[in-house]
Amino acid sequence: MAIDRRQFLQGAAAAGVGVAYSGLSLAQTNEPIRLGLLTVKTGPLASGGIDMERGLELYMKEHGGMMAGRKVEVIVADTGGVPATALTKTQELVERSKVHVLTGPLAAFEALAIDDYIRAQKMPILSVAAAEDMTQRKPNPWFVRATSSSSQCSHVMAHYCATVLKYKRMILIADDIAYGQEMNAGFQRVFEENGGKVIQKLFPPLTTPEYGSFIAQLKKDADAIFLGFAGSNGFRFIRQLNEFGSAGKMKIVGGMTALDESVLRNMGDEALGIPTVCWYSADLNNPINVKFAPSFRKAYGYDPGYYGAGTYVNAEILNAALVSIGGKAENKDALMAALKKTNVQTARGPVTFDTYGNVVGNIYIRKVERKDGRLVNSVVHTYPDVSQFWKYDPKAFLANPVYSRDWPPAKNLE
Amino acid sequence: MQFWQIQALNSFALGGLLFLLSSGFALIFGLMRIANLTHGALFMLGAYVAVTAMRFEAGLAVAALCAALVVGVVGGLIERLILRRISGNAQGQVLATLGISFITADFCLIVWGGDTIPIQTPAMFQAPLHFMGLTFPTYRLVVIGIAVVVAIILYLLMERTRLGAMIRAGVDDMQMARAVGIRASALFTTVFCLGAFLAGLGGAVGGPIFSAYPGLDSDMLSLALIVVILGGIGSLIGTFVASFIIGFIYTFGTALLPDLAYVILFLPMVIVIAFRPTGLFGTIRT
Repeated sequence: MAIDRRQFLQGAAAAGVGVAYSGLSLAQTNEPIRLGLLTVKTGPLASGGIDMERGLELYMKEHGGMMAGRKVEVIVADTGGVPATALTKTQELVERSKVHVLTGPLAAFEALAIDDYIRAQKMPILSVAAAEDMTQRKPNPWFVRATSSSSQCSHVMAHYCATVLKYKRMILIADDIAYGQEMNAGFQRVFEENGGKVIQKLFPPLTTPEYGSFIAQLKKDADAIFLGFAGSNGFRFIRQLNEFGSAGKMKIVGGMTALDESVLRNMGDEALGIPTVCWYSADLNNPINVKFAPSFRKAYGYDPGYYGAGTYVNAEILNAALVSIGGKAENKDALMAALKKTNVQTARGPVTFDTYGNVVGNIYIRKVERKDGRLVNSVVHTYPDVSQFWKYDPKAFLANPVYSRDWPPAKNLE
Repeated sequence: MQFWQIQALNSFALGGLLFLLSSGFALIFGLMRIANLTHGALFMLGAYVAVTAMRFEAGLAVAALCAALVVGVVGGLIERLILRRISGNAQGQVLATLGISFITADFCLIVWGGDTIPIQTPAMFQAPLHFMGLTFPTYRLVVIGIAVVVAIILYLLMERTRLGAMIRAGVDDMQMARAVGIRASALFTTVFCLGAFLAGLGGAVGGPIFSAYPGLDSDMLSLALIVVILGGIGSLIGTFVASFIIGFIYTFGTALLPDLAYVILFLPMVIVIAFRPTGLFGTIRT
């Protein structure tokens, strides 16, 4: 029943058509650049998906619907969070709407579903999905990711836990999906190499109705627990942990989606003081974000998080790449080369890409605080220019198997 | 030792929730022979209505009552306006309920948005309970209590009232029941309302544990199916017992063999369908 595909032309851009036709100096054709957004507007993943659309919508509004001096037509497709639908919608965007470039999709399994098609069509795509191998062992030459691989942020959190918070013994828990497994494996590797011990690993199914049976198993003598959850599972886990009387007894730290801004706005004091790690925070103090975050909040009533900021940052990167090639979005090879050479300041800080198409950028340790009556992830520490390979040599890193439940092996479980 | 005791209590709490979820589903399935696939969506709707009621400063008890009533009325409307028109076509009715569940889910998404909305545990039950060296969330014990009370009320309703007698007659043999003058039409609507009422109540009571979120509907529907098939269609006692069996299997399964959580959850259902199609307590073959 949902409107599954909607085209919107920005008002300002529509108004600008007249100017373009009046013969003012315009290097390009009058055709707009067509940007396809693969997102999720129905079903369980809709919260993040709607934020993705809003992040892009806001960028377009701020820039009069233009990139590199050309009008941009955004075509939105709702995948429903279903891989097969994601593929159909991608084909529709590419073949029927004739888009020049794509952004999205939201989930890793969607990105994997369209991987082959993207290669065959040579279609540049700016993704937000985190699956490690998309930019590691099976890099897609048409794929860039400006957000983070699954473990890019958890490497950082592990280092912070071991060296700054001085935790020695930790429990890792995450959803039992590739994303959660990769994130926790990355955490374990860096944490143990810095002198820590992972004494327990738990992977509840993604749709666990309640965490009571997992909470009862937690080792009482651990220093802290790392939450590798996505969506709302992190906050449901924290609430239930408190109901079991663990408030204050078990220290909590979180990965990049454990306490996202989109979840935080529905939480209370139980979240205060919890450190998490991410490539972004709505509270980030850089010249672009101090404008972006408040105007997002003004337009939609809440802070931008992972997904809202993700598409906004992607739009900034795409714009920079288009400017560098004179707006010629039709030349896919040139566009892709320009994207890979990105070196631009964005709402998340400076962004460049490695040779595999993954971002090298700042990662932030944030701590939940109350500011102006709402909960925010306030930045307490910055790790500059972090690569998906952390401090490892890429060749050596890629010679290992991809992160999983069993790799690297956990030697210190009790 | 503590591990086992806490897990046992967890099992009872989950069992209680499962009974609140499944009893309405079992009632409708038993009488009308329709697997009402809207049930999960009605459960979710109940949670969301409770969210709205609590925004108007209602306590959880009042919110749960509102949720149960609103969802009960919605259930009645679904039966009267849609299922009634395709009566006799069980397959069509099941498909219709599936369609309505998608529509309900998208309706909830439009009205309440895509975020997970927490439902506050009543203040007096927020602090965990300590006894004999164990710590356990108080609200879960309350849920067990509510489930037992609902079970007793339903039992009395079915066994001691005229309505109950009519429902039992209808479950056993609808044609005979009609022949002796039971108005099937009114009975169907009543039972559908009651089933939806229970779903709405379950959604609100389960709210502080599950929260209200898109996807709650499908998470819950499969659990309701497992419970009812295991317990036996048309048997309230079967549903009650099966709720706690699944509660125990799921809790201990995820605690002891977390990798096989789903296998452990669905295996009993598969075995029952294969070897005892009537379920543990039922008389009707699935």
